[in-house]
Amino acid sequence: MIRDITIGQYYQTDSLLHRLDPRTKLVGTLVFIVSLFIAGNWLCYALAAVWLAGMIRLSRVPLSFIVRGLKAVMILLLISVGFNLFLTNGETVLVRFWIFRITLEGLRQAFFMALRLIFLIMGSSLMTLTTTPNQLTDGLETGLGFLKKIRVPIHEIAMMMSIALRFIPILIEETDKIMKAQMARGADFETGNLIERAKALVPILVPLFISAFRRATDLAMAMEARCYHGGEARTRMKPLVYETRDRMTYLAFAAYLAAMIALNRIF
Amino acid sequence: MAIECKNISYIYGNGSPQEIRALNHVTLTIPDGQFIGLIGHTGSGKSTLIQHLNGLLKATEGDILYNGESIYAETFSMKSLRSKVGLVFQYPEHQLFETDVFTDVCFGPKNLGLDDEPIRRRAREALDLVGLDASYDDVSPFELSGGQKRRVAIAGVLAMKPEVLILDEPTAGLDPRGRDEILDQVAKLHREQGMTVVLVSHSMEDVARYVDRIIVMNHGNAALDGASKEVFRHYRELEEIGLAAPQVTYIIHALKEQGFPIADDITTIKEAREAILRAMGDKT
Ligand SMILES: Nc1ncnc2c1ncn2[C@@H]1O[C@H](COP(=O)(O)OP(=O)(O)OP(=O)(O)O)[C@@H](O)[C@H]1O
Ligand SMILES: [Mg+2]
Repeated sequence: MIRDITIGQYYQTDSLLHRLDPRTKLVGTLVFIVSLFIAGNWLCYALAAVWLAGMIRLSRVPLSFIVRGLKAVMILLLISVGFNLFLTNGETVLVRFWIFRITLEGLRQAFFMALRLIFLIMGSSLMTLTTTPNQLTDGLETGLGFLKKIRVPIHEIAMMMSIALRFIPILIEETDKIMKAQMARGADFETGNLIERAKALVPILVPLFISAFRRATDLAMAMEARCYHGGEARTRMKPLVYETRDRMTYLAFAAYLAAMIALNRIF
Repeated sequence: MAIECKNISYIYGNGSPQEIRALNHVTLTIPDGQFIGLIGHTGSGKSTLIQHLNGLLKATEGDILYNGESIYAETFSMKSLRSKVGLVFQYPEHQLFETDVFTDVCFGPKNLGLDDEPIRRRAREALDLVGLDASYDDVSPFELSGGQKRRVAIAGVLAMKPEVLILDEPTAGLDPRGRDEILDQVAKLHREQGMTVVLVSHSMEDVARYVDRIIVMNHGNAALDGASKEVFRHYRELEEIGLAAPQVTYIIHALKEQGFPIADDITTIKEAREAILRAMGDKT
């Protein structure tokens, strides 16, 4: 039941995209998003679509998983399409009723907006689907390492992020277990008015907090026992190194971005 | 009065890429008044199976009948099932939440909608059953030792007066004395009140000592099911699936192979002692 919630929704398989350095994927996603905002005509969108399709092929993630991410933002999508459709001023009026009118420009803009949002979400889902949360924090930590110079505690932030991510499934499992144990004692979480339901949460929350604190102190103790003392002079077991495939990917993305800018200028 | 599992299967994460088939077409009947041991190596599906018996997990396939009635029928009351089939989870002490022991034990009977008086009476009885006297009533459960917490948690289920009591490794992490005390209490409930008990355990000695019937789980299948002596006779098969018979069984079998006149269905030290003495008496 509660376990069905997935966070970070990593799709396990082996593909070129899965093997890429997380930094490459972060930058690649960023470039793709930027390119979507540059895109201003049909050809640009066609290029973005082809590029995205290629990436999806390379990732070996079933399309249904990528499309699933769209469901969550359907409403947002509809609202923004609606706004663009009805509120864009233009010359050629196609339909007119009551105070609304739909212009050719509006239609065009709404369509582009929808495409842009859909591509954006699919592109970033593709990154989270092919990168484990831990790789992602590693990538962020190394990629943003230069911020240390201006005293941003990047290592600590990344450590907190990865611990938090690591604990989410554990806490979900724990909640599931405690809920079942209380249900076995006749607890009822589904019926009753608001106050009764809020009260019914106490038998879950108290054990959950206790266990979270216990786990936190255990983890702190275990980290200290292994001489953890922050990021200073800490080396990695698996340092992130760029491989040839990463360099190729950077090149490919640079070419893609250049093509996008050119298409946008020329036409 | 019985629980019948008919061909049940359960798949964790059904429909996701990481499906795990934890139960695979299990069919078994738990009649009234039996003391059943459920054994199997880690991950064999024991905990999954018992969570079906009080409807916490819904079988992906198959049906479960309680007293002849399907528990998945629209009209079936899960609440009454959960009051009749008491389930004590692995490490049940993690479910304690009240400010004192007595109130925590009252949680179950209170959920049954009883009046104040019977709730208090049941809580008291349950605490007595697990050997915690009134001096513990006002203590915070979080100040107790691990074994005492375990008892409070078991009392919390006993206070609902279930007809069937299911315990998932109730003795994990307890010292030998705490283990014997808890199992003796459970055996007493079985003997004196005729309670049906299902005991999930990794200790073959415990199982041999207390239960009438053993169900062996292996990769989600009920691999062996029968009287405990019968099941331990198959100790070679048990070994193949990563389990073992009680240690005395091995001694007895070794003795028998050496030509010592002794029955080969002995599973407890007490029986072994008597049998060996008898055999020696015959010789001299
Ligand atoms: N909540 C869950 N989500 C996904 N898989 C699970 C879950 N609980 C158990 N499993 C898997 O189902 C299988 C059976 O697990 P189960 O907990 O029933 O084993 P068990 O016999 O109780 O083991 P143990 O002796 O370690 O308690 C295992 O492979 C386990 O990984
Ligand atoms: Mg288990």
